[in-house]
Formats: sequence, structure tokens, C-alpha cells
Amino acid sequence: MTDLTDLTVCSALKKLKAKEISPVELTNAYIEKATTGQKYNAYVYIDEKQALEKARESENHYLNGTNRALEGIPLGIKDLFCTKGMQTTACSRILGKFTPPYESTVTQNLLNSGALFLGKLNMDEFAMGGSNETSCFGTVVNPWSKAIPLVAGGSSGGSAAAVAAKMCAAATGTDTGGSIREPSAFCGVTGIKPTYGRCSRYGIIAFASSLDQAGPICKDVADCALLLNNMAGYDAKDSTSSKKEVPDFCSFIGQDIKGLKVGIPNEYRSDGLNTEVAKYWDTAAEMLKSAGADIVNISLPHTKYALPAYYVIAPAEASSNLARYDGVRYGVRVDGNGLDELYINTRTAGFGKEVKRRILIGTYVLSAGYYDAYYLKAQKVRRLIKNDFDEAFKQCDIILTPTSPIEPFAIGDKKMAENPINMYLNDIFTVSVNLAGLPAMSLPIGLSSNGLPLGMQLIGRAFDEGTIFKTAYQLEQCAKFVRM
Amino acid sequence: MAEYIIETPKGKWEVICGLEIHCQIISKSKIFSGASTEFGDDVNENVSFVDAGMPGMLPTLNMECVHQAIKTGLGLNAIINKYSEFSRKNYFYADLPQGYQITQFQYPIVGEGFIDIDLEDGSSKRIRIERMHIEQDAGKSIHDLDPHKSFIDLNRAGVGLMEIVTKPDFRSPEEAGAFLRKLRSIVRYLGTCDGNMDEGAMRCDVNVSVRPYGSDELRTRCEMKNVNSVKFVMQAIEAETRRHIETYESGGEICQETRQFDPLTSSTKAMRKKEFAQDYRYFPEPDLPPLVLDDAFINKIKEEMIELPDAKKSRFINKLGLTSYDAMVICENKEVADFFEKAAEGHDAKKIANWLMGDFFAMLNRKNLTIADSPVSAENLGKLVELISKDVISGKIAKDVFEIMADTSEDPEKIVEERGLKQVTDTSAIESIIDTVLTANPDNVASYKAGKGNLIGWFVGQVMKQSQGKANPGLVNKLLKEKLDQ
Repeated sequence: MTDLTDLTVCSALKKLKAKEISPVELTNAYIEKATTGQKYNAYVYIDEKQALEKARESENHYLNGTNRALEGIPLGIKDLFCTKGMQTTACSRILGKFTPPYESTVTQNLLNSGALFLGKLNMDEFAMGGSNETSCFGTVVNPWSKAIPLVAGGSSGGSAAAVAAKMCAAATGTDTGGSIREPSAFCGVTGIKPTYGRCSRYGIIAFASSLDQAGPICKDVADCALLLNNMAGYDAKDSTSSKKEVPDFCSFIGQDIKGLKVGIPNEYRSDGLNTEVAKYWDTAAEMLKSAGADIVNISLPHTKYALPAYYVIAPAEASSNLARYDGVRYGVRVDGNGLDELYINTRTAGFGKEVKRRILIGTYVLSAGYYDAYYLKAQKVRRLIKNDFDEAFKQCDIILTPTSPIEPFAIGDKKMAENPINMYLNDIFTVSVNLAGLPAMSLPIGLSSNGLPLGMQLIGRAFDEGTIFKTAYQLEQCAKFVRM
Repeated sequence: MAEYIIETPKGKWEVICGLEIHCQIISKSKIFSGASTEFGDDVNENVSFVDAGMPGMLPTLNMECVHQAIKTGLGLNAIINKYSEFSRKNYFYADLPQGYQITQFQYPIVGEGFIDIDLEDGSSKRIRIERMHIEQDAGKSIHDLDPHKSFIDLNRAGVGLMEIVTKPDFRSPEEAGAFLRKLRSIVRYLGTCDGNMDEGAMRCDVNVSVRPYGSDELRTRCEMKNVNSVKFVMQAIEAETRRHIETYESGGEICQETRQFDPLTSSTKAMRKKEFAQDYRYFPEPDLPPLVLDDAFINKIKEEMIELPDAKKSRFINKLGLTSYDAMVICENKEVADFFEKAAEGHDAKKIANWLMGDFFAMLNRKNLTIADSPVSAENLGKLVELISKDVISGKIAKDVFEIMADTSEDPEKIVEERGLKQVTDTSAIESIIDTVLTANPDNVASYKAGKGNLIGWFVGQVMKQSQGKANPGLVNKLLKEKLDQ
């Protein structure tokens, strides 16, 4: 018998509808993988009982013909999404065993479509990190690791690893500066960060509000389209969510890309770019050309300022967003003599090193006397970055870049550990997209000489995920990447 | 008005004062959440997940609060900004669940405006408004229930506030007091804030500095936070002015700081110095898009605007002939003004005003009632004055009728009818009483005729007494004179 966890969501749904398989069988298969895959440390919380109950409900829906779009599909949920009655910690000690009495809009949408949740997935603490090494539950191990354990990327490392190791049919992720795309690239899976405002942020623990977006991490492009269909939409509870109509993303799968203009930004050929990554970039462009697209060179002149601007804006917002974790109302409290000491003790014990670093940076750049030089300047850069993309999209319909300049590195890598800047540099191709609020996808293009997956990024116009889906699907067909 | 100059043996000084007033917005739910704003509910009952700063919760703007703010801005004769932004003011406190207050910083919803205040000497002065913005209130910390613990009530957390900032236009405590009363009157007229300072619905921060009289320098100012009555605001300005002058005259310096006014000692004491002032790290609120208003929205609110105290006052003066003082007193409170207008409809407005401000207010005070609960209705007060005007009853009888009205809520016409209190205007009836009185008192008649002219008053009294007060006093006077002078 074939392994049910090999099935994509789209093919599993076909079999479920044909009653060739049942939701309970499918769920059990994933639970088994989640259990045998504990060495990857992708899950921080598994709720088998609840998942199987939901699977049985889905079974009834199939039997009486009331099955919905994702009926009985077992998902893993990044621990940043508040899930009612299911522990939600953002992988930070400070939230303790916080269990929300409410459901995030995105996960509620998925539940409404009949999906079920196996549990919560590991991530960098408060989504701050690019290697999943800042989680209070420990580092996620990349399922592609050979002799030495490699990072799965971050911050949605648990989501990407779980999808790669078939520990869930698909997963939710969030992306503030590349947190869906980088781990997707590192783990050989496909993930999309939609346009800012496409998915509601209600119930997602905030990192940097003006940059955070939820999106799916899946086995392939078509699954991403289906998942995003069932996550996106306007939500009155999030004032930054868009009222723009959500098209059927699945309808773009299989559309041809003849005459589509694919832009290659000159500025992305930077020093730190791994030669194999550069080669695959050329290969990907060739593949799209063979599929009928035109390749055009474009310029995004302010690219080099994106990373510093991002590392001012994101920490600034984070320093404010994380002020609520004060030990007064929920989560961990470490008492002290008086209120100030309670704050200091709680936050000293509750937050990890990277989170503290970013709170300090953020507090600093917003301080009187530094605000203009840092925060305001960064906001101006942000506008210039957005203008760059606006100009570029006059010449092309979609932009192709590598997702990450490097391949997955070893857990505890010295170079990354000794200077956080080295870690931040991995985000060089992804952060501009968040600053501009654009949609972008990462999909696997091939393996490095070390046998590790490498990812390509497709960046679209705002609210034009459709073009990304049709282009990504064509590229996927050409690349013929073999999943784990 | 008379200038407020503080004279000491060493010189003359004047005070420079500006106010910042926080007004709680009247709205069914909080400014960024759907929780109720009911005052006096059980502790922590009106708290949503947003108000409690739960993880992942987002604010959404309550447009009812925006509506109220625009209305208030129009009441302050101010510019309504079609573009405004929300910002976060970051600071840690146990009753501030998010660790920041959502407020407006660089781009407030209301720009410059003004309020004209009325001063005791009958003059008026224009106080300029710098701006008004909307923001959320914090919760309440309760420190006195336990020796070791503090308690937090978040019912108030997230209630909408309007913060009104004036220019430093006040030159005396009286002006500040008049401003607060006028502002309270305006927001109550508009129904945008109930204006109760003792309940904290209106809270005032007072900025004070002094300078030698006649100079135009601006010296260091001090701020007194949360002064909670008009009287205390006036006292705080007086006390702080005194402190500044004494400090300067003894060779000292005033340092910029936040102070607290203590009503018990009528003095201020330092809370925190400027160097310990918080750095609030304001930045644009990323969870809320800028608030962009269109003309249609603002115009609709303009159409809803009612007549405000100043307009009403000048109408009462110009159209109804009220004195400036009477009009001011009557217009301060909308219920009073409405009551007056209803009572005055078709009747002598000046007489109604006299009755209202005399016997009527005295009666409410005595019975400890508000005008809404008055046993005497506006229509009945109007009828009573009409009965006097038409000589149906005398002014003296009217006072008795009014007391009956206050006790029974009855129609004065009915009271007069049933109790036979109608004034006697029948000449022959009065003449016959006069004859009886004159016949019974020949000695006094003789004295009168001998030149004791002031005995006329005694005769009038006797006739009124015999008529049980119902005889028309004017007529009695006239007829008596005719008879006695024959």
C-alpha cells in the first residue's frame, strides 16, 4: 500500500472524495509520521485525540455529502497562531502554557473549510530568527540533514520541516522578513507569503505588525493555491486586512506563461551569493524562458538599504508589540519587590537572547534623539524600496530571485552564532518584499552538490498572487524537484 | 476684565496658563474594542480580549467615537482634519495592558479652534484651542485594598477619550474656571461627554508659569496632573503662581516638572522632574490605517449640530429680551435652556426668566431635584406667568399657587379655579369692601384726611385682608384714593 503521507493535499482530497481513503486513515498516517519524526523537533504540541475526533467528524461529512474544501486534511499550525483550547506559546518561555480562549481568523477559516489540526509547530521565539535556533523548545532539525544536523531555516522552521518530513499534509506559516520562504527553501518545500492584507492578522501573535503576513507551506504549488484560498479574505477584526476580492488561486494552476515578462534584478547578484545558487538562478530563468516567458533585466537600486531598514522597522514594532508580556495578566510571572522588579524579573527570565536583542534595538531606534536618524530614515527607505518595485513592475510581470543566498547550514554554526549580522544577511533577498508588502513564493529548484535543497523566489505585484501561482507551477513542472 | 496682577513688595507679576483636558467620550462601546463602556459595572466586567492586551488581539476603530470627536471639534469652532493618524505612546504600567496607549500624535483629528468665555464683569475673552485628539483610556490600579498587593480594574481600559489642548491663553484662575465651565456646557449640549469631573469623565492637566508684568518672556512651566474639579483647577493655578513668584523673588529657579495639587493644603508638590520624564517612543500605530474622512461624512455631522450655548444666549438676548447675565445662566445647561424656552413660548420671556431663576431654582434646591424631575412643568410655569400678566391672580397669590404646583404638580389654572384664588377686579365688589373698611375705621379716615397720607398703605392692607388677598391691589389703591380724597 502506498504511503498516504506522500499524497499532496489536492490528490488526498480526490481520494477522500472517491472514498478510497478516509480522513481517519489519513490522520493516523500523519500522526505516525509525527511520532517517528520526533527527532526533527518540528512539533511543540501534538493533540492526537482532538485530531482524530475531527477526522471522524470529517468522515461523516464525506458520508453525507457535506464535505468542505479541505475536509479531513491534517494540518500543522505554526505556534504563532492562537488556537482555541490548544496551547499557543510563540515558542517563548514568557507565555508558559498559554492556551487562548479564541481562534485566529486564519485558523478559523481553515477549520471552517473542514481542515483539522494535528498540533502546533516549532518556530523561532516570537518569529525572530532565521534558523529556528531561538525557540525555547530547541532547534528544529532539517529533515534533509546528512551527517551533521542542519537548520531548517526560520522562523517557520517547524512548519517547513514538518511538511518536508510528511508530518502534516500542509502547514501554516507567517512571514515578516522571509519566515515562510527561507525555511521552505531550506527544507525543499513550497511556501507563499501573500500580499500584506490578504490574510487577517487577528489572533496571530504580533512580531512586526506592518510586515507580518500568514501563508501556507505545502508540498507543492497547487497545494499552496488551495490552502491560500482557504486562509485569505477580509476580516473586520483586522483593520489592515484588504477588502479586495480573493480570486480562486487554483484557477491559475496550469495556465501558460507565454509572453510573461520575468524580471531579473541586477542588484541581487551580491557578493555573498553562493555560486551554486547563482547557477540555479540562471537555470530557473532558462526554464521559464523555455515555458514561453521573456526574461528582462531590471533594477531595484535601493536593495542594499533594505536589510538595515528592515532591522530598524521590525525591531521597533516588536519592542512595542512585546510590551504586553509583562507578567501581569497571563503567561509567566516572576515576582519581585514592586512593579518594576516584577517586570524586570519576568522579562529577563521569559525572553530569550535574540528577542531581548531586538527589543533593545527597537527601543533604541524609537528613543528621543534617535527616532529621526533611524526609524524615520528607515521608513523613507521603505518608501524608496516600494518605488523600486513599482518601477520594476512597469517592465516585468514577475521577478525571479533566489530565496536565500546560501544552502542550509549546520545547527550552531560558528559564523552565524558569533555575529547576528551574519544571520541577518540570509534575509537579504526576502526582506524587501515585506517592506513593499508584496506577495512572494519560494519553491524548490534542485539540490546542491551537498544534496541539499535550494529555493527560488517569485515576487509578484501587490494582490497578484495569481501570476505567481501560474509561473511557479510552470517552473515546478520544469524543475521536477523530487520531494523527500 | 480686570487684570489679574500679583503685586508683591518686590514687583508685579502675571500668570501664563494653558490647560489639557481629557474628556471621556460618550459611546456605547470602547474606542478600539466592542466592550461596553457602562460606568459602575462590576470590576473587570467590561473587558474584551483586546482591552486585556491578549496575544494576537488587534484594535479596530469605533466610528461612533470618531463621530463624537468631530461633533466636539465643531463645537470648539475648530478645523476638522480629514487626514489623521494613530500613534502608540509606549510606557509600562500595570493598568496599561498593551504596554502602550493608542493615541494621536503628529496628526490629530481636530486642529485649531476657540471658545469664547464669559467673565464675571460681563466681558468675554477668546481662548484658542491648539488641537484635539482621540485616544484610549487606561485601566485603574487600586493600591489600598491590600498591604502587599495591587489590584487592577480594566473596565475603563480602552474607553475613548478626547484630549483638548488649549493655547497658553489664560491670565487668571477665573479665566480657567470660566473655560472649564463653558467647555463642560458645550460637551454636555452635544452629548459627547457627560463632563462630570468628580467621576473622572473630565480630567484636567494645568500648565503654569509666571513672568514680570508687562514682559513677553516665557519662563519655565510646571504641569499639575489630573486636577479633578473646577474649583481645584482655580486653586491650583493660584497656589502654583504663588510658588513661582516666591521662588523667583527669593532668588531661586523653577525647574520643569510634573506636580500634584493637594486640595487639603491648597499647595502643589513635585511628582517627577523633567530628567526622569518618560520617553514615550511615539511611532505610527501599525495596526490601524490612517483615518481619512470625506466631506460627506463631516457635512452630515455638521447638519446634526444643534444650537450651542453661545448662539442660544445671543438669541435669548436679541429675540427674547433677556439680560446678558440671565441668558448666560439659563444657557449654561441645555435642559434649563430647553425648559425655559418651552415655558416662555407665547408668554413674557423676561418674567419667565425671573421666575425660573428665582422661585423655581429655589424650589429645586430645596427639594434637591434636577430640572428633569421638576414637579412644575414648563407649560405650567408658562401658564402661571400668564395668569399674572392677565391680572387673573396677583403676584403675591402667584407665589402661593406656585408652592401648590410644586407640591401637587397641578395645572395653575385648575388650582386658581378650584381654590377660588381669582383676583377680584369687579369695581363694585371692591368698593363695597372699601366702604366697610372706611366705616369701621373713622379715626384713621380722619387722620388721613388731616394729612397722614401714608396711612393709605394701612387701608390697602385692610381691604386686601378682607378680600382674602384676591382683590386687585392696583384697583384697590386707585379706588381707595378716590374715596378718601373725595
